[in-house]
Amino acid sequence: MSDIWIILGATSAIARAFARKCAENGAELHLLGRDLPELKRLAADCKLRGAAEATAVAFDARKPEKFEGIIDTVALASGTLNAAVFVGSMPEQAEIDADPSLIDGTIQDSFTGPARFLQLLAPELEKRGSGTIIGVGSVAGDRGRVGNYVYGAAKAGFATYLSGLRNRLTRGGAHVITVKPGFVDTSMTWGIEGMFLVASPEDVANSLMKAVEKKKNVIYTPFFWRYIMLIIRNIPEFIFKKLSI
Amino acid sequence: MRWKKDELKGWGGALSIEADLARPERLSGLADALQEFPCPAIGARRSYGDAPLAARVVDMTRLDRFISFDAEAGLLEAEAGVTITDILNTFAPKGWMPAVMPGTGFVTLGGCIANDVHGKNHHIAGSFGQHVESLVLMAPDGSTHRISLKSKPKLFRATIGGLGQTGIIVSARLHLAKCPAGNMAVQERRMEDLDAFLEAFNTSHADFQVGWLDMTAKDIHLGRGIMEEAHFASGPFEPSKKSRSVPFNLPGFAMSTPIVKAFNWLYYKRISVAGRDRERPLHKFFFPLDNIQHWNRLYGKRGFHQFQCVLPDAEAPATLALMLEAVTASGLASPLSVLKRLGHGRGGMMSFPMEGYTLAVDIVNKPSAKALLARLNELARTAGGRVYLAKDSSLEAGYVPDMYAELDDFREEASKADPKNDFETTLTKRLNIRGQA
Repeated sequence: MSDIWIILGATSAIARAFARKCAENGAELHLLGRDLPELKRLAADCKLRGAAEATAVAFDARKPEKFEGIIDTVALASGTLNAAVFVGSMPEQAEIDADPSLIDGTIQDSFTGPARFLQLLAPELEKRGSGTIIGVGSVAGDRGRVGNYVYGAAKAGFATYLSGLRNRLTRGGAHVITVKPGFVDTSMTWGIEGMFLVASPEDVANSLMKAVEKKKNVIYTPFFWRYIMLIIRNIPEFIFKKLSI
Repeated sequence: MRWKKDELKGWGGALSIEADLARPERLSGLADALQEFPCPAIGARRSYGDAPLAARVVDMTRLDRFISFDAEAGLLEAEAGVTITDILNTFAPKGWMPAVMPGTGFVTLGGCIANDVHGKNHHIAGSFGQHVESLVLMAPDGSTHRISLKSKPKLFRATIGGLGQTGIIVSARLHLAKCPAGNMAVQERRMEDLDAFLEAFNTSHADFQVGWLDMTAKDIHLGRGIMEEAHFASGPFEPSKKSRSVPFNLPGFAMSTPIVKAFNWLYYKRISVAGRDRERPLHKFFFPLDNIQHWNRLYGKRGFHQFQCVLPDAEAPATLALMLEAVTASGLASPLSVLKRLGHGRGGMMSFPMEGYTLAVDIVNKPSAKALLARLNELARTAGGRVYLAKDSSLEAGYVPDMYAELDDFREEASKADPKNDFETTLTKRLNIRGQA
């Protein structure tokens, strides 16, 4: 029985590394995103790396009316159905300050869009009694900070959603993993001041694979971010509100 | 496009520059970067000197996808950022591999083409660029076009080994070779001196040949070393495992004369007088140093230079002896010194190979290295030889026309493709490769 992976936001660096790992294991891949030419390049790459099948599918987190059609197509395949969500957008906080309407798009890209997609997908996993959903959040969701609290709020909302979805799907034989990456060496962090302990997308993809194998619930990647965030979450609010970390 | 300010270094670490780097993750991002600021491309930064240095560069390592593979013809198309190890790991299980593999698998496809690299089978397979069917080149304005030896012979030959001066290599179609086995049968023999070494190369019929030189051995032992000859054996292909790493720059004394001498003595004596035959997995034979990530840190913060030249057959014995004497007398040599025979195969106007012997020596970057390198460059030129630009950090601009006979043709093609000299690097400026002076 073949593994089927739906990858949302497949052109991101971490998603690409993860898709390649799935390909090496012979999975059938549905690569979803907005940049169709890039998705097609990735699909060809994944096929040459061993994917049983790899298709590029147009997907926009802000167009939920298209979700059902996508899921119906994917659901035609038999096998264990899995999904990994890498979508999200992070405008500069200053841009949002100048144009608060950007909040809606950020929340849609990082939270409500993927949540609606997963909500439609969940019954299919329950029907099959198997499958794994990986939701990629961010350590930014663990506490609102002056630098990116809108993005952080969206990721926090998504993390809470995933926690509830895990609670639901466990009963139906499926599993949900919440992933909170720290700094990863991608175009999002490229050239930004103050980056430290930056992980490679391949390392993050490896830890995702391990988390699927071991049915982890919530992982920080690299692992030490769990402790960094433990400290950050426990700074008393009367101190935290004066910090700019 | 966001540009990152960073210190850019070659593999030797002796030369560096503060640079603005873009690293596109999408093909469209590459054109965006060039339209913003036309600049040269870099790959894995495994060239030793200043070939991968410029004040502004595009890092190609994230454009690393396989595009198509024709399993009948063994023709692979891939983006320039794909590495040799990635090609080997993906296609060796299907019975194919790069026809030419340099001494490390961490290099990119684009870098292999732009430096027209060679491997341990150069006398049979020729250089890397000779296996390139066609490639897609990006002009300074971000437009792309496919070229081949048939469609654009001059531009194609200026691009193979052309140090990125004719445009950015975006992707290439590469003829792979059959990979008949996962292991190599390797024979190692002691060579007592330089004469024995050259004689062994002259009479060897092995498919793959490489010699390790003990650059601390003097007098009657001058030029002693270990000759490795290999051919494909049997067994399935196994990809390389996770490697160890040198975590930080070692202190300067790590490469001091007594330590190098002791290491070399042990390395030489580990092969018995009778020699040794054994089977080695492909990656261990082809990429012996890839097991140790960041091995360049063994040289400490000051870094090192690599001198590599090729000498024509007639001059090689006498000139090699002079070179070995100069290096051993300087006490600057490291354990990494290689002697090899090259055939005549070369893919481009600025390609390094010529029929003869090639010597590669790592030299610790101490103040006295400068004089030694000048002496070695001079010896190579006098012998009618050539210095490898992918390794170079010390050549004089005046030597280049003597060493590279097709330089004028190259300059003409490069100027046509890059009229505003947007793709110049620190190396091409230092050596006046483009010919403005």
